[in-house]
Amino acid sequence: MTTTTPGPWAVPTRPPVWASRPSASARPPIDLLADMIRIRVLEERCAELYQQTKIRGFLHLAIGEEAVPVGVISALHDDEAVVATYREHGHALIKGVGAGPIMAEMYGRAEGCSGGRGGSMHLFDVGRRFYGGNAIVGGHLPVAVGLAIADQVLDHRRATVCFFGEGAMAEGEFHEAMNLAALWKVPVLFVCENNLYAMGTSLRSSESETNLTVKAAAYNVPSWSVDGMDVVEVEAAATRALTAIRAGGGPVFLEARTYRFRAHSMFDPDLYRPKAEIEAWRERDPIAVLADRLAAADDLDPTLLDELWARAAAEVDEAVAFAEAGTLEPVEDLTRHVYRREVAP
Amino acid sequence: MSDLIGAPPSTAADGSGERSHDPSRGRTGDGGGAAERITYREALRRAHRAALTDDPRVIVMGEDVADYGGTYAVTKGLYEEFGRERVRNTPLSESGFVGAGIGAALGGLRPIVEVMTVNFSLLAMDQIVNTAATLLHMSGGQLNVPIVIRMATGAGRQLAAQHSHSLEGWYAHVPGLRVVAPATVADARWMLPAALEDPDPVILFEHATLYGSSGDLAPDDGPVDLDRAAVRRRGEHVTLIAWAGTLGKAIAAAEELAGDGIEAEVIDLRTLRPLDDATLTASVATTGRAVVVDEGWRSVGLGAEVAARITEACFYHLDAPVARICAAEVPIPYPAHLEQAALPQVPDIVAAARATIGR
Repeated sequence: MTTTTPGPWAVPTRPPVWASRPSASARPPIDLLADMIRIRVLEERCAELYQQTKIRGFLHLAIGEEAVPVGVISALHDDEAVVATYREHGHALIKGVGAGPIMAEMYGRAEGCSGGRGGSMHLFDVGRRFYGGNAIVGGHLPVAVGLAIADQVLDHRRATVCFFGEGAMAEGEFHEAMNLAALWKVPVLFVCENNLYAMGTSLRSSESETNLTVKAAAYNVPSWSVDGMDVVEVEAAATRALTAIRAGGGPVFLEARTYRFRAHSMFDPDLYRPKAEIEAWRERDPIAVLADRLAAADDLDPTLLDELWARAAAEVDEAVAFAEAGTLEPVEDLTRHVYRREVAP
Repeated sequence: MSDLIGAPPSTAADGSGERSHDPSRGRTGDGGGAAERITYREALRRAHRAALTDDPRVIVMGEDVADYGGTYAVTKGLYEEFGRERVRNTPLSESGFVGAGIGAALGGLRPIVEVMTVNFSLLAMDQIVNTAATLLHMSGGQLNVPIVIRMATGAGRQLAAQHSHSLEGWYAHVPGLRVVAPATVADARWMLPAALEDPDPVILFEHATLYGSSGDLAPDDGPVDLDRAAVRRRGEHVTLIAWAGTLGKAIAAAEELAGDGIEAEVIDLRTLRPLDDATLTASVATTGRAVVVDEGWRSVGLGAEVAARITEACFYHLDAPVARICAAEVPIPYPAHLEQAALPQVPDIVAAARATIGR
């Protein structure tokens, strides 16, 4: 699993033998491409709407990282849960949350997927088993372990996927969750989206050991790295990992080496990354990587590629219209959703 | 003190919502017959055993809850009876296992998570405050968190400044949490099933000096109403408001005052969030005087909140300023004489009550 991408990484730990077996069920690459384009177009539009002050608060874009949610969630079954970070628009979209409710949520409208109460960082859809949208770095890892414990006790043979950035690996909750999951053989796939920067702090300056897989491996969790700019590789790795997890093998840790092309948030002037580094990574744009490969193999009609972009644009146009037509929750409802059981007066 | 704590509430039928007898709750009881005298610890254990028996979704997690039997022996014998999947020893990872309890609650279980003491719970405060208390709101009402988190609180056992504090007010500050504190054997037995029925996160505080105390458990008791305080003693001259470890002291003070012809009403707050304003107001509107007994620190404490609410609601009924008896503003010290000097004591309560009356 060597990669040619720039980065400070040491040699990754060796994947377990079963991780190199061919994967059984893979989605057609053209579908993976279409989904990455859907995320890209949605997020590009979010940036524009932010400039127009339609979207407020913190907005964290994952442009450049699309291969990770698309690859991993494509390998999931519908009833398997996803617990994600505050950089989760794409994860929600691929898990099946509609672009309309996602956009309406960012608009703070009652029609949003969290009723407007969460915003960009807190997208939820219980029906789709999408559990956020969590903005305390590392805080959602134990929660994902708990969801999977419930599956164990209730005898649901399924996995839970937890996405987090490499910044979370400096948090105690990463280590506590990893230990607990391994001790109890909990069916969780931990996916580290390593984009090399925790806000503005580089991996090199925040981790004494930059080979992240050895940290998870220290807890006896099978761990390996995958090229997070190659959606086909990500999907294959996730499929293998999930197959092992569903069979009762306990947790797996997957490091997806990726990069965000934009700043941390809309407030970030992005002064901490060399321009050349950003440019080098842009050369490995996951959409272009796959489109070029398919084109080279004569598997991609250029008109189809144009159509994928147009279809994504239409989907987002519709989502924006849905959000624009959305309603604001009445102020009288302010204190709703604090308790499920209201106190009798 | 144990006798007073264990004494059955003498005014249980006062209409303040003391007991709920709804048989439809279907919780395993303790058999018929006469009232039985048991310890607070045993009452809690019975509550756990009944919960594990009644509902396959209930699991118990925490440090040393299995082989060791629980730090305060509350869960002794349960893992032998229910197995290690349902009574789980955790590593020393408060944030990890409280977070896992929250996730398990989201996934359909009814976890009871034991954290040894409130001081240790600060390692899990992120999970409790940032996750358990916020998910329902952030998700627009989609995700409730039916978890019960139990922990010991309070001083009195010479455990010094990292095992003795009363920080329940910190949790009572947070919208989205329900905070309760059983002070009697009956509440130790019957608050847990009510907490498990609650769809929201409930933090249950057990004062560490109460575990060995004894009291009567009536055969017809049932799950308590978690929204209501209880009037533990009727009186007309002054209202003493206490909870958890200070209830016994307040009752002792009331007995002493009665010797001088001062009848104190004693309210056991029981639910620290949401506060039962109606019961507090009804009492103070009658007595015109109030003393709040809080084992936490005075500054920015739960006692301050109670005093402020009484002042807001009963200002024109008050015959004296609302008094507070709180812990000294010091980390709890180890030596017994200093520890006791730091805590509210019966003579302090008696003196404060007298001062409100001017006798």
